Amino acid sequence: MSETAIQVEGLSKRYRLGQAMTLRQRLAEVVGQARRGGGEKAEACGDNEFWALRDVALAVEPGEVLGLIGRNGAGKSTLLKILSRITDPTHGRVTIRGRVGSLLEVGTGFHPELTGRENIFLNGAILGMKRAEIKRRFDEIVDFAEVDRFLDTPVKRYSSGMYVRLAFAVAAHLSPEVLLIDEVLAVGDAAFQRKCLGKMDDVAKQGRTVVFVSHNMAAISTLCDRSVLLEGGEVAFVGATDKAIQLYLQRGDEQVPVALRDREDRAGSGAVRLHGISIQNAEHPDQTFIQSGDPLRVTIRYESDKPLSRPRFLVGIYDQMNQPLFRLDTQVTDQLPESLPARGEVVCETGPLLATAGMCYVNVAVQLGEEMADHVSQATRFGIEPADIYHTGRSFDRRDSLFLLPQKWRTQAA
Amino acid sequence: MSSTPFTTLIPLGETASQGAHVTVIKPQGGLGALDPVELWRRRELAWVLAMRDLRVRYKQTFLGVAWAVIQPLATMVVLHIFFGKVMGMADRVGDVPYPVFLYAGLLPWTLFSNAVTASSNSLVGNSHIMSKVYFPRLLLPLSATLVPAIDYVIAFVVLAGLMLWFQVPVTFGLVLVPLLVLSVVLAVLGIGILLASLTVCYRDFRYVVPFMLQLWLFMTPVIYDLSFVPERYQWLMNLNPMAGTIDAFRAVVLDQPVNYAAWGVSTTVAAITLVIGLFFFAKLERRFADVV
Repeated sequence: MSETAIQVEGLSKRYRLGQAMTLRQRLAEVVGQARRGGGEKAEACGDNEFWALRDVALAVEPGEVLGLIGRNGAGKSTLLKILSRITDPTHGRVTIRGRVGSLLEVGTGFHPELTGRENIFLNGAILGMKRAEIKRRFDEIVDFAEVDRFLDTPVKRYSSGMYVRLAFAVAAHLSPEVLLIDEVLAVGDAAFQRKCLGKMDDVAKQGRTVVFVSHNMAAISTLCDRSVLLEGGEVAFVGATDKAIQLYLQRGDEQVPVALRDREDRAGSGAVRLHGISIQNAEHPDQTFIQSGDPLRVTIRYESDKPLSRPRFLVGIYDQMNQPLFRLDTQVTDQLPESLPARGEVVCETGPLLATAGMCYVNVAVQLGEEMADHVSQATRFGIEPADIYHTGRSFDRRDSLFLLPQKWRTQAA
Repeated sequence: MSSTPFTTLIPLGETASQGAHVTVIKPQGGLGALDPVELWRRRELAWVLAMRDLRVRYKQTFLGVAWAVIQPLATMVVLHIFFGKVMGMADRVGDVPYPVFLYAGLLPWTLFSNAVTASSNSLVGNSHIMSKVYFPRLLLPLSATLVPAIDYVIAFVVLAGLMLWFQVPVTFGLVLVPLLVLSVVLAVLGIGILLASLTVCYRDFRYVVPFMLQLWLFMTPVIYDLSFVPERYQWLMNLNPMAGTIDAFRAVVLDQPVNYAAWGVSTTVAAITLVIGLFFFAKLERRFADVV
C-alpha cells in the first residue's frame, strides 16, 4: 500500500471572468482580425483572468480521509471538480489509483416527475453504477433512506428531508475506492446528518480514500486526521486537522467580509435579492458591539421586481465550527403579512441572546412559497462580547457552554 | 509553467493494491475527449437518460406515445392540402398517391429534425448534471437521438398502414430501409454533435436551430421530388446530407428506381460532417463545464 491514492502535482486552474463571448462578439472579433490583416489577436478578456488554483501539490494515502477547508473562493470546489474530472486543469497533473466516485451534490440529475424508484436508477447510472449493481443494493438503499412507502411516488411530492435522504442513500452505496465529497452533510436534519457521518466513517474504515470538503469544522475534525487549508487557490497548510482548523479560524477573523450587496456566491432563483443585513442591539442601536444577553434587532433589506407573495424569511446563526445556534423563521412565528412590497426591510427583534462570547456567522435566506428565492451563507458575522451578568467580573466560556442558562444559586437545609 | 515530468506512470493492470484503475488528469489536448473505450463503458447511461426523457414525456403529456404519430401525420395532412391540392403538386409526382409520397419523405425528415433539435440542446439541457458529475460528454448528444429513434419506429407503423390503404405494393427494395436509417443517423450525429458544442459556447444557436431546420425542410426533397430540380443543380442539392437519403427512402417505399449516386453523395457529406462535428466537440469539450 505504499502507492499514493491521489497524487496532485503542480495543479493550476485559470478561469476567464465575465460572460462567455456571444456569437456577435466572436464574429466581430473575427471580422476585426481579418480587417487588421489577421496579425494581432484581439485578447478581449486578457485582463479578466483569475487563477482559482495555483501550483497545488498534494498526496493522499490509500485509506486516508483528507479534509479540505478554506474560505469561499479559496479553490476547494475547483480542486474537487478537477479531481472528479468535471473540469480540466490549466496546468499540472493528477494521478488517481482506484475507481473514483464523486459527490459534489446529492441527488444530481434527480427528476421531480419521476418516482423514487426511477430516480434511484437514474441517479445511480449518472454516478457511474451499473444497473445490476443498483439492483443488488436496491433494498439497502431504500432501507437507508427510509422511504419505502413512497417508492412509487414522484419525488416532487417528497418532503425536502425525504428527498435528501434518498439522494444521499444512493450516493452512500456507491462503492468506489476513492470518494470525493463536497458539503453533502450540510443538508438534512440532525439525526440524518449523524447517520451520514456514521456512514462516511464506515467508508473510511473499509480502507477507502476520502477527500471531504466542508465548512462544518466539527465534522471535519471528527472524520479527518489530516487536512489541507486552501487560501486564494494555494495550499496554505497541510497537516494535522486540529492545526489546520486553528489556522483557518485565525485567518478567517482577519479577513474583511464582502458586503452582502456585492456577494456573488448566492443560491436560489434570484426572484428576490437580499442586499443588506444588519444586527444591532435592539435597545441601544448605537452600541457598536453585541454582548451576551443583549436583545437583537436583525434588519434585512430586500428588493424584487414585483411584490412578494407568501415570503418566508430565514436567518440562521452559527458558531465558528458551523454548528447551528439559533434560527429566526417567519414561517414559524407567522407575524408577517401575506404579501410585502417589492422592496423594503423586514425587522426581527429578539429576546435576550443567551449565548456565550465568541464569533457568530449568519446565513440569510428568503423563500417565496416553496421556492428558494435567495440564500447567502455567512452573509454577515458578529462577535458576542462577554457580559458581566452576575457582576462578578466573570463569565461563561464557549469551550464549556454554547448557551447561557440564567441561574440562581442558593443553599437549602439538608 | 510546466508540470514536473511524470515518468512513473503505472501501466494498467499492475496496481495490485487498488485494483487496476488508474486515472490521469491533465490539461486535455487533441481528441482525448472522444475516448471510445470510456464511451462504451458508460453506454448504459445513454440508455438511462433516454428512458428518463421518454418517461417524463409520458408523465407530462396527455397524448404520450401518440405524439410520435401525430407530428408526421398532421404535417402530412396539412402539406397535402396546401401543396398537394391547392398548388397541384399531387398531380406532378407521377402516378403515386401524394399522401404516401409526403409521408415517406416526412418520416426520415421528422427523425432528422427531432433528433438534431434534441441533441443540439442536450448539453445545455443537462448542464446541471455536467457541472456535478463526470461522464463522457458525448453520451448526451448520442442519448438525445434515442427517443426520436423510438418515435421513428412507431411512426413507421403508420407508413405501413398508409401503404396498405393506398395499395402501394410492398417490394423487396424495403430491405434497404435499415441502411437508409443509418445514413440519416450519420447525418443526425454529424449535425447534432456540431450544433450541441456550438450551442454551449454561443447560446444564439438555441434560436438558430429551429429556424434553420424550418428552412432546411424546403431545401430537402420532401414536398417535391429530386427530379423537380434542374439537372445541373442536382449535385448542389445532394450536398445536403438529407437530400439524397430522403429521395432514396421514398424511392424504396414507392418502388421507384433508387438514385444511388445521390444517396452516396449525401451520405458521404453526412460522414464528413460527423468528423467535423466530433472534432469541434473534442476541441470545445473541456470548456463545457466552465461555460454551461
